[in-house]
Amino acid sequence: MINAGDTAWVLISTALVILMTPALAFFYGGMVRKKNILSTLMLSVVTLCLISLQWVVYGYSLAFGTDHGGLIGGLNWLGLRGIAPIFPAYAPTIPHMAFIFFQLAFAVITPALITGAFVERIGFSGFLVFTLLWSTIVYLPVAHWVWGIGGWLRNLGALDFAGGAVVHITAGVSALAVALVIGKRKGYGKAPMEPSNIPLTVLGAFLLWFGWFGFNGGSALSAGTLAASTILVTNTAGAAAGLTWMLISWVHKRPSVLGLATGAIVGLAAVTPASGYINPLSAMVIGSVAAILSYYVIIFRMRIKLDESLDVFACHGIGGMWGVLATGLFAEKAINPAGANGLFFGNPSQLGIQALTVVVVVAFSFLVSYILAKVVDAMFKMRVDENEEEVGLDISQHGETVY
Amino acid sequence: MQLKKIEAIIRQEKLDEVRVALEAEGFVGMTVTEVKGRGSQKGITLEWRAGQYRIEFLPKLKIELVVDAFDSERAIKAIEEAARTGKAGDGKIFVSTIDNIIRIRTGVRGTKAI
Repeated sequence: MINAGDTAWVLISTALVILMTPALAFFYGGMVRKKNILSTLMLSVVTLCLISLQWVVYGYSLAFGTDHGGLIGGLNWLGLRGIAPIFPAYAPTIPHMAFIFFQLAFAVITPALITGAFVERIGFSGFLVFTLLWSTIVYLPVAHWVWGIGGWLRNLGALDFAGGAVVHITAGVSALAVALVIGKRKGYGKAPMEPSNIPLTVLGAFLLWFGWFGFNGGSALSAGTLAASTILVTNTAGAAAGLTWMLISWVHKRPSVLGLATGAIVGLAAVTPASGYINPLSAMVIGSVAAILSYYVIIFRMRIKLDESLDVFACHGIGGMWGVLATGLFAEKAINPAGANGLFFGNPSQLGIQALTVVVVVAFSFLVSYILAKVVDAMFKMRVDENEEEVGLDISQHGETVY
Repeated sequence: MQLKKIEAIIRQEKLDEVRVALEAEGFVGMTVTEVKGRGSQKGITLEWRAGQYRIEFLPKLKIELVVDAFDSERAIKAIEEAARTGKAGDGKIFVSTIDNIIRIRTGVRGTKAI
């Protein structure tokens, strides 16, 4: 039966998560050079338009439709036709359309996250082809495995409350794969790549933080104690990670604003899979550890001169991996009876299931994304030519300039 | 008639001190431009998300004013003293000879147009 309170919360949460994609556009846009700001914003916002349509036409159906072998959903909901008003197996107290739209917002932001890997050199048409195909052959299957009824990881008992594996690991690992295919920006490591507008990045980061209450809290699919606990632990993890990151940068030199904003995002990503199963103290540990891991992965990434430009792998890939594993450590049935206990609450086998989920999603995302990027590059040229890159993508791809 | 152009590259934060010092010596008009540049100190490092990155050109201000050659040492001294901190990055002053000045409003030329 439809519950008005639950429905209102999920609808608001959906709007919050939709806001995260433009927030991400600003988060990324502030970190690139001035000549590529519009292009970077465009990569995120065009993904909002593109995947919004894909989800209605076939995305939802393939991710959440009738299961085929635990691997992919069916074609029974193509074009969202024949949708029953409520589908209790996914969400018993809200309209099916609310669940579909909520899930759409996740499908949108995931490929938008990847764009941080190849900003300032990606060709626009190659990007569009890549994004549509990536969402189809990476996101939809993984979403089905973990969240779809009959999905094989779901059946194994994998816990991913709001998308640590489905969103953050797929995006982060795929970002690494595409960065390897597309190569460094011209002059990377020789000329400075100065962030053009850190205030824009800080604005984007804290709008993301705000949107995350919908991302995680809405995943309760109800407006009660679980949603309340979820948004509190979400906030706690973001705060712990932001502070931890700031302290690390302070020990090395100065307490960096960009560092604190980055840390907050890493903490929020890491707590995502665990947020519906853990207490606030566990959230502090998850956030702080995430910040430490991610910080040193960025340092290492820079040392080996790999131009995964905005560290999608370090932030979302590492944050997501740690978060999915940490769910197997800190989950408590006392918080969410529909979940499971983790290692620290007497159930070591959950950690095994979580580890398997990490390994499978990492391997699948990396391999498929790497091959897909190679194919799209061969057919549509994913990278602009040298001259276009030097002029900047705002002018060479879009014929516009900022400010 | 002898005219000198004084171009001073200074720290951004020193603009008001320099302006006051020049005004105290009777030099009111000047043009200020935001510029980037580097001297023997080269660039500096700033904080990136993790670790630091270098910027190779530092933001500075350039003040330009044209004075009677007779007064130029006073103007130079005022700028030097106001802009100096004693640390690397204080900037430089370039002095050159100028052929003429024309005030557009009245058409007056030479030192009267200063």
